[in-house]
Amino acid sequence: MRTPIFILVQAVIGLALYGLFIFYGNDYWFYAGYTVLQFVVLATAWNILGGYCGYVNFGSAGFFAIGAYSTVFLYTVGQQIDDVVPESLQGVMHLIFPLSLPTMIVIGGICAGLVGLGTGYLTLRLRGVFFAIATLALAVVLETLVVNWEFVGGSRGAYVIPPSKIPIFGAYIHFLFALMIVLAIVALACARLIERSRLGYGFATIRDDELAAEACGVPTLRLKLTATVLSGALMGMAGAPFPYYIGYVEPSSAFNLSYAVNSIAMPMIGGTTSWVGPLIGAILLGTLQQLATVTISSVANLLIVGLLLIGFVIVAPNGIVGLWQDWFGKKSVKSRRSET
Amino acid sequence: MDFSLLANAIIAGLLLGGFYAAVTAGISISFGMLDIVNIAHPAFIIVGSYIAYIVNATFGIDPILASIIVLPAFYALGAAVYQVYYLAFEKRGQEALRGLAFFFGVLFVTEVVLLLVFGVDYRSVNAVYIGPSLHLGSVELPLRLLVPFLFAAAMFAALQIFLSRTFIGRAVMAVSQDPLALRLMAVNPTRIKRIAFGISIATASLAGAFLIIIQPVIPSVGRDYIGRVFAICVLGGLGSLPGTVIAALLLGVLESLTSTYYGPSWAPAVSFGILLLTLAVRPSGLLGR
Repeated sequence: MRTPIFILVQAVIGLALYGLFIFYGNDYWFYAGYTVLQFVVLATAWNILGGYCGYVNFGSAGFFAIGAYSTVFLYTVGQQIDDVVPESLQGVMHLIFPLSLPTMIVIGGICAGLVGLGTGYLTLRLRGVFFAIATLALAVVLETLVVNWEFVGGSRGAYVIPPSKIPIFGAYIHFLFALMIVLAIVALACARLIERSRLGYGFATIRDDELAAEACGVPTLRLKLTATVLSGALMGMAGAPFPYYIGYVEPSSAFNLSYAVNSIAMPMIGGTTSWVGPLIGAILLGTLQQLATVTISSVANLLIVGLLLIGFVIVAPNGIVGLWQDWFGKKSVKSRRSET
Repeated sequence: MDFSLLANAIIAGLLLGGFYAAVTAGISISFGMLDIVNIAHPAFIIVGSYIAYIVNATFGIDPILASIIVLPAFYALGAAVYQVYYLAFEKRGQEALRGLAFFFGVLFVTEVVLLLVFGVDYRSVNAVYIGPSLHLGSVELPLRLLVPFLFAAAMFAALQIFLSRTFIGRAVMAVSQDPLALRLMAVNPTRIKRIAFGISIATASLAGAFLIIIQPVIPSVGRDYIGRVFAICVLGGLGSLPGTVIAALLLGVLESLTSTYYGPSWAPAVSFGILLLTLAVRPSGLLGR
């Protein structure tokens, strides 16, 4: 399947989903659907670095929160232009602000991508495990920064009031849901495109044997940085609409460890070798968590995710996709290859 | 006045550093010597804290004594975890990606289980040395920092003697460098690694008791230590116990100075700064090979 057709198919599925929710569902469906799609984006983004390159990022929550807090920052600036901007610039700023949400998403993505670039540049030249450790600490440090930054609410948190109605879409959550569909399509198309391009083969050489790749002239550091930036930017973009979704952001909700766990668990459970894995993992686990949050408790569903992650990495290292290929022979692999 | 503030900050930092060294000892063995990136180590430390809390609350036994009593249990736990890790990841050569994810899962599950069992209340222990302080001129030595410091020093001395003087200790130092040579000496590398990993988890029991003496504990507190332990481990030089001690004392002093002069909310950022700086400037650490 060619990429434009792939995007078209996804768009049709997205539209169908939107229509289904409009005609048969209620607003809760939109809220739940938004969360699941957010995890689709996060899992796919994680997999670009983790699954394709083999570098583990534990800081998904940090990248997600960068997106969320860049939105909070831009929103707060928009609210207080007359207080924070010098008088000479106020005219211009009033033209720019308030920014539309899609613009904020792009800015959030750029910020997260830059942080990914910085962290990656300092740590990716060494053994991969140092990158993993640095990302683990990154979320803690970013949280420290935000807690100490009064402008975006500090530890008290900040309110972001979404408009109650928006043209074309009606309720604001419908608009957010539609945005997340677009983001999910972008993320999946990105991942699929990478998989089938020179870039993807470069990533695969890094994953399989970095030393040999380096010796063959693969520019490993540049490729690793590309993957880090792409993956970080997508996570930031997933986080940028979050303040509008939740209405009130505080550090412990934006930096919640569950984002880090989920964005690792979903690709691991779905399968890390192709774009299908994170998608399957995110839909399964995301839906399961929505059900568990409603029926059992939100702590219990985190326990389920953690146990599933441990179980899958021990028993089924290649996830659901791997199990599928084991059970149905090599047929599925071959048929997928012949398509390209 | 200002001088006494500085002196107090440095002394408190050194005492805190001794505790950090105890927290990092396990990582120094597992990550530094065995190449097992056990990011779940802080979770085991919190488990140690809660066990010290339970024993202390039920029987009134001193938390450090309690942690020494449960050392064998922690050793067995460590050996069991290593066995799973070995069979599922090391043997298949998948430790890089899935091994890390495994330990991350263990970290997360432990935290959630503790949360379900104990809730989010702060727990603390009772002991005679929590509260009073020694006074040396204007410098204050809180006993609840001094006692863990002394026990941590004793633990390090014991570990260092074990590693450098006994046959098994030397084999532990050798196992990550050259498992084949170890085989030629008729030693089973897997067995050595199991023993070493068991010891590394056993140190978590002691470190957990120190932790709950120093501060009240909630399940999520372990996360604050992940950045610290790895920063110390990398700064000290992987696998070097003396390096670990020096780096831990350094981090303790820097954090103490930061919280004295800039406010305690900035302290967690220090370790990350050190980690990045070390990786950028001298990845082999202070006393690295």
